[in-house]
Amino acid sequence: MDNVMGFPLLTVITFLPLLGAVIVMLFFDREKTGAIKGFATAVAVVDFILSIPLWTKFDTAKAGFQFVEKVSWIPTIGVGYHVAVDGISVLLVLLTTITMIVGVVCSFTAITDREKEYYVCLLLMATGMLGTFVAIDIFLFYVFFEITLVPMYFLIGIWGGPRKLYAAIKFFLYTLFGSVLMLLGILALYFVNLKMGTGTLTFDLQQLYAVGPKIPMSLQAWIFLAFFIGFAIKVPMFPFHTWLPDAHVEAPTAGSVILAGILLKMGTYGFVRFVLPLLPQASQAFVPFMMLLSIIGIIYGALVAMAQTDVKKLVAYSSVSHLGFVMLGVFALNQQGVLGGQLQMINHGISTGALFLLVGIVYERRHTRMISDFGGLAKQVPVYSTIFAITMLSSIGLPGLNGFVGEFLILIGAFKASYVYAAFAVIGIVLGAAYMLWLFQRMFFGNLDNPENQRLTDCNRREVLYMLPLVVLMFWIGLYPRPFLARMEASVGKVVKMVNVAKAEQDTKSAHLKKKLRPAPKRNIF
Amino acid sequence: MMNLIALILFLPLAGLFVNLLFGWKLGEKFAGWVASAAISGAFLAAMGGFVRLIGLPPEARLLRLVLFEWIPIGGFQVNAGFMLDPLSSVMTLVITGVGALIHFYSMGYMHGDRGVVRYFIYLNLFVFFMLTLVLGDNFLVLFVGWEGVGLCSYLLIGFWFGRESACEAGKKAFVFNRVGDFCFLIGLFLIIGVFGTLDFAEVLGRAPTTLVAGSGIATAICLLLFAGATGKSAQIPLYVWLPDAMEGPTPVSALIHAATMVTAGVYMVARAYVLFELSPVAMNVVAIVGAVTLLVAASIALVQTDIKRVLAYSTVSQLGYMVLALGVGAYSAAIFHLMTHAFFKALLFMGAGSVIHSLDGEQEMNKMGGLNAALPVTSMTCTIAALAIAGVFPLAGFFSKDAILYSAMTSEHGGVLFWLAGAAGALMTAIYIFRLIFKTFHGKCNLTMETQARLHESPRVMTLPLQALAGLSIAGGWVGIPLIPGADIFGGFLAPSLGGLAEGHHEALFEVIMMAISLAIALLGIYIAYKLFVRNVGGGAAYAERWPRLYRLVLNKYYVDEAYDYMIIQPVKRISTRLWKDFDDGFVDSSVGGVGGFVRLIGAAARQLQTGYVKSYAITMLVGALAVILYLTSGMK
Repeated sequence: MDNVMGFPLLTVITFLPLLGAVIVMLFFDREKTGAIKGFATAVAVVDFILSIPLWTKFDTAKAGFQFVEKVSWIPTIGVGYHVAVDGISVLLVLLTTITMIVGVVCSFTAITDREKEYYVCLLLMATGMLGTFVAIDIFLFYVFFEITLVPMYFLIGIWGGPRKLYAAIKFFLYTLFGSVLMLLGILALYFVNLKMGTGTLTFDLQQLYAVGPKIPMSLQAWIFLAFFIGFAIKVPMFPFHTWLPDAHVEAPTAGSVILAGILLKMGTYGFVRFVLPLLPQASQAFVPFMMLLSIIGIIYGALVAMAQTDVKKLVAYSSVSHLGFVMLGVFALNQQGVLGGQLQMINHGISTGALFLLVGIVYERRHTRMISDFGGLAKQVPVYSTIFAITMLSSIGLPGLNGFVGEFLILIGAFKASYVYAAFAVIGIVLGAAYMLWLFQRMFFGNLDNPENQRLTDCNRREVLYMLPLVVLMFWIGLYPRPFLARMEASVGKVVKMVNVAKAEQDTKSAHLKKKLRPAPKRNIF
Repeated sequence: MMNLIALILFLPLAGLFVNLLFGWKLGEKFAGWVASAAISGAFLAAMGGFVRLIGLPPEARLLRLVLFEWIPIGGFQVNAGFMLDPLSSVMTLVITGVGALIHFYSMGYMHGDRGVVRYFIYLNLFVFFMLTLVLGDNFLVLFVGWEGVGLCSYLLIGFWFGRESACEAGKKAFVFNRVGDFCFLIGLFLIIGVFGTLDFAEVLGRAPTTLVAGSGIATAICLLLFAGATGKSAQIPLYVWLPDAMEGPTPVSALIHAATMVTAGVYMVARAYVLFELSPVAMNVVAIVGAVTLLVAASIALVQTDIKRVLAYSTVSQLGYMVLALGVGAYSAAIFHLMTHAFFKALLFMGAGSVIHSLDGEQEMNKMGGLNAALPVTSMTCTIAALAIAGVFPLAGFFSKDAILYSAMTSEHGGVLFWLAGAAGALMTAIYIFRLIFKTFHGKCNLTMETQARLHESPRVMTLPLQALAGLSIAGGWVGIPLIPGADIFGGFLAPSLGGLAEGHHEALFEVIMMAISLAIALLGIYIAYKLFVRNVGGGAAYAERWPRLYRLVLNKYYVDEAYDYMIIQPVKRISTRLWKDFDDGFVDSSVGGVGGFVRLIGAAARQLQTGYVKSYAITMLVGALAVILYLTSGMK
């Protein structure tokens, strides 16, 4: 154990919300909603404060795992309780703890029904998500991955909009379908390791990393596909994305924020954490396929977003486009691409989370999300309009704000991989500007001719307060991303190395082969 | 010692923050003075920087400032770094100088507007980004400024956001610029691919040895960068946003859409001229685009009747001159024209603003006329600017336009056709600008008696900047006098940034003949305008009647906007709706893995059974999955 001061920090961070949920469930009177809200907020804030050492005490030079805690759990089948963070996960953990505060605070007035259960669900959600990011044992990961499904199912199904049941079931089935296939992949790895690797029964990622590259390509491809379906549904990648707009539209605001901010990142995180290092040859082989799906996602998501009439649905489709960018970076399989993808996961969590919050703020007042119901809001609610404008600009990647740095790194990476991919992806940037500006124009400019809108009140102090950290982060990452990049760089480097080791071998092999067949001069476009 | 670069850069930002914090409370006058003082201070700092540069030996004229490492990752680093060299020094002087005058002018023009504090905040923000653009020491910081000015332009065009057309125009500007940026970004990625850095000094220093002259990659980089420039600097094919941008307040048109932002593309190409020198093809494309743009835009300017639109197309056309100059390798001539154009075009816009201001917003020239008497200062200064843009000796425009025309003819990248285009453009320039002067300030007054009675010259805070710019429109060209040895101070100063002066092949007699020809063209143009619009009022209309189809074609701006709408915008809208309704909801959702259709069934069932059903479904799936796993693993043994 090399955790700080011998204190099981990650365990505490992960299970504190669960403890909070149990306490709410057992000791709080359902009528005393004020106390429940206060307690839930306190839990979220304490959890965030506890997670601050992950930022300050993190060793940026170290590529491997830090804050490690490891005990045996089910020794007969080799399941261990093994949690830790590295550069791949540390920022996601922090993003989760911040998002939880925002998610709790933004629900105070939005949720008026069965509040006790609601906050219990939110807190359970937190434990599931945090556990997913810190689990190093792949079985443990799977358990947490599945745990998140249940509270989210209820969040959508109970506190959602008019078609909540449909959306909740759709969400549940899509994700479950994916994760069951993923379980197949996990078990395959487990047994392969028994036969070809350490010869022991283990789900420990660090041991499985060694066996990955040795798996023959024929089997690796199948395992890849199993993981692919599991994570691609979660991301979601085209064409598995159709659950997302429904889930987002029906979910309550906090549900959408958590969904966009954290839940989707489990998919992209899964690719970086498991697929790339465990299945390097297959990852290499599937690059064209993954790039194609990413590019389709980028352009398709943007085009469909443009046609939307419901703000929330527009933001949901824009997520499809943005996550296409993340996947593009990840499957560039080089330092810049993966790093950019990692940063963009954080950026998307911040910007899209903020957009959903903003939609929620106006929905709470007007009970409509149709773009055509608005217009001229800039006059009526200047503070809200300003925050919306900054968030929108961050989302379309204006230099100086966070989105740009991530997109830029992703595109450098994609460009290194192939300039065709990058060129297509850049189209997404043009379209992104188009649909967002059009949305902004329709909602905020023009005449304030709807009498309902003339009674609209501007953001109150609580709303400004929970938007503020997100806006600060947008500028911080945009202007000075160094501390964020520095924390991820070493670990990303390690993953990139792992996924490319196999390729280097392959290349030398095929180069030998080519030399034998005919001396082909190496062509360089530059 | 105080860092001058930081001072130039951050004074506008300081003004912005002061207004952001106190402007709302302390009101219009306070906000105006703070914003103007901030830009004036930046101008003084820019002067200081200029003096500091002059004091250095020519090859050492470079001040640098690195604020911090912006994007540092293994093997690739971009700094928030800035530099002041002769080229950026000229740019900062123009931006802050003309900018300060326009700020003062705005205090009068925007007086009484509800959003005036917001206006000055945007304006300061714009100047900050523009300075970032010209002071950045690498392509990415330039790009920050590049996008930033685009954003401010968007905000300021749509400043009166109650007007539908203003918002449309703002969005159009942003999106068209984004198309340019798309190419620009790809160009940057190519540069990263080749050089591994975006630092100007390194890229431009290593370019001649790293890139093969005339290679495909050199051409690709240059064409992509130039495509970015066509967006920002409103060249064919991306120029259509600029005329619509006139929806913004007139001082904004003067500052952003005439004097500064639209010249960003010209600046960028000049900055990267070393790359362009490596690609004769790209140089040719640049020159051709410039020449065609200047002709097309000038011809449209001939028939427009909205005073600001005439000036807008005139701006596109003059930018075409600058681009033509770049394309024939006359970089310092391009920057020279950029500067003189900033003087006289800002003046023309502000003069037009003064007219509009006194006519309560009227922009239609057919409704004006004879304003000379009521607006003497405006009329006088505008006439000076018109003489300057037409290229009458010895005003500013004469020298800069002559420099371009001479290079178009004699440069190794030039040719007689380029000269002809420039000369034809010069003739049209003289005609359209004096058409504007005559229709606005002379002849019969077409205003209603009521408006006539209320006519008034603009306040001093507006006319003083006009007079200052009039002085610059007269004398601004005297720093670049050809022929006399040592009199081309301007070119000499820029030489360290833009390569040596093309000395040697200046043949005195030939050059004098060229100057005489261009002066004759200008005078001819003014005479034609005089004949058509003063001596024989309606002379222009007679020509319009003689060739009605040609007239309608030009009047409707060659239907380029309609073509864009028909060929790109409508199809994209249609496709996106189709994709959503038919493809996404209809096809993808219901057919991916058959799951979607399944969901619908389950959903229907679940509505009756409520929960419980999902659980059993989940269990069924898990059991099934386990069975598959067991089967697989037993098979492995």
